[in-house]
Amino acid sequence: MSNTNQTAASAAPASILKAAEGKRRRNDLITFGIVIVVYAILEILMKTGLLSSHLKGLLVPMAYYAVVAVALNLCVGILGELSLGHAGFMCIGAFSSALFSQIFQNSMPAAPRFFLAFVIGVAVSALFGFLIGIPVLRLNGDYLAIVTLAFGEIIKNILNALYLGLDSRGFHASLQNVMALGLEPDGTVLVNGAMGITGTPHDSNFTIAIIVLLLSLLVVRNFIGSGQGRAVMSIRDNRIAAESIGINITKFKMTAFTISAAIAGAAGVLFSHNISTLQASSQYFGYNVSIMILVYVVLGGIGSIRGSVIAASVLYLLPELLRGLNKYRMLIYSIVLIVVMLINWAPKAVAKRDELLAGFRSGRKRKV
Amino acid sequence: MALLEVNNLCIQFGGLRAVDDFNLTIEKGELYGLIGPNGAGKTTVFNLLTGVYRPNEGIIRLDGEDITGHRTTEINRDGIARTFQNIRLFADMPVIDNVRAALGGQYHYSLFESLFHVGKYKATEQAMTERAMSLLAVFHLDQYAEVMASNLPYGQQRKLEIARAMATNPKLLLLDEPAAGMNPNETAELMDTIELIRDKFDITILLIEHDMKLVSGICEKLTVLNFGRVLAQGETKAVLSDPEVVKAYLGES
Repeated sequence: MSNTNQTAASAAPASILKAAEGKRRRNDLITFGIVIVVYAILEILMKTGLLSSHLKGLLVPMAYYAVVAVALNLCVGILGELSLGHAGFMCIGAFSSALFSQIFQNSMPAAPRFFLAFVIGVAVSALFGFLIGIPVLRLNGDYLAIVTLAFGEIIKNILNALYLGLDSRGFHASLQNVMALGLEPDGTVLVNGAMGITGTPHDSNFTIAIIVLLLSLLVVRNFIGSGQGRAVMSIRDNRIAAESIGINITKFKMTAFTISAAIAGAAGVLFSHNISTLQASSQYFGYNVSIMILVYVVLGGIGSIRGSVIAASVLYLLPELLRGLNKYRMLIYSIVLIVVMLINWAPKAVAKRDELLAGFRSGRKRKV
Repeated sequence: MALLEVNNLCIQFGGLRAVDDFNLTIEKGELYGLIGPNGAGKTTVFNLLTGVYRPNEGIIRLDGEDITGHRTTEINRDGIARTFQNIRLFADMPVIDNVRAALGGQYHYSLFESLFHVGKYKATEQAMTERAMSLLAVFHLDQYAEVMASNLPYGQQRKLEIARAMATNPKLLLLDEPAAGMNPNETAELMDTIELIRDKFDITILLIEHDMKLVSGICEKLTVLNFGRVLAQGETKAVLSDPEVVKAYLGES
């Protein structure tokens, strides 16, 4: 602390602002740089045929889990509210966009169709985030976590029981079975209960997923650096003080939560347009997935957007790559989680890490 | 017309009348002190004035407008800003962002502009930053602009809280024990700061304080609270020599 103060006190105020601005810029550059470089390397590996098809199939999921981790970090790290329902928002984005794509499958070219599906998925998720935020954001801490947890499960269960068909007379919905829809002979079943939506066009790919990731990183970074973002963080830091300077608590909490839900919805769009059969199963949208996303956020560092992206990518790939080890897979995965936790938070480990990093930095400078 | 007019203010917590029949009139530009023993209800009065609690009875008028029952957020917009007895800063935000957060009500741009940093974003942010820096400069905090608020020394944190309150452009500033935990040097500096902002910003100040040197040094008028009731009220000198006040609060020497 004293160090920062002394250096700060000796410099002129304007240059302090400039220096901090420069540091933030470098930081952003590193974040976006990492994503782009990793993307380029993986693309080259793919083009040269060095990636196995198993690995290729993991790239889009890796990207959308990174996106949803960024979304949850906005909720947990910036807004300071614990949500255990982000898999639910992903589910909403996935189903609403897949539904759109399926209806217009044969009547629209792929590019504009996917764009519109994306907008719809994001918008519907945002709408649900907004509606759920109205009651939920009046709660604090544990209560919010429990309500969002329940919300995610409800969404999943409703979609599991939902039948939706389209024929010349319009849409038909039922919560019983396909027969209850009473479709005309020309009708098609769009959502088939637990069987979900089949035959969604395969419109997303790794490049699109990376673009969405970059976009969500940009949006969250910009939000943090804006007046609205500062209002949200001030509520996180001290609600009573925020009220005392005229900040409308509910409005700004709603804003951040809605944006977070919208981004989670974007991840859902990538999800549904990457697989041919979309089902609201626990494996993809259950509370365990919400908790897994939370693990990414916590291990990546709460409030650190870059950390979320790295943690989500590594921790998603790890158990998949360990599949060969079969029995020991989850054991190794758990050990990695604990080790990462220690490196990130144990005081001695942090001190050692900083020492190593400082040594590395000064060594590099001497070379230059 | 008085800037702040409080009539017959009462609040009851269970069976306890924490503040009872409280009257207060503060003229524009005054530096007014609220003193009394611990537990007398001073901070409760602040919480009533800022809408944290709703009074059971009584009327609060600011600049002639009835603000009784307004919520905290509204009251800040009506023109009352405050600091807290136990410092409440936005600890994980830089000093400048503590002030910029408070300026948010005066500088607007749309959510779209903030998500994509387009349109009015850049110009508005720049104007806001300049305003924040000039405000910080008044409190000699501008050199700490990018330091995390929690890393500031104690005395500076107190000042930052005042700066943040001032950023909302209040008519009336409430200071809750600004000198608590300060050494004599820091207290002397604080006294200068308080007088400086009163003159520079043409503002009215009501402060709670236990430091009698500060109170008698800068306050023009005083109200003494005891067990939720007004014990004495008036010019500082007269109040401090009132035998009742000496007996209840100052102690006989």
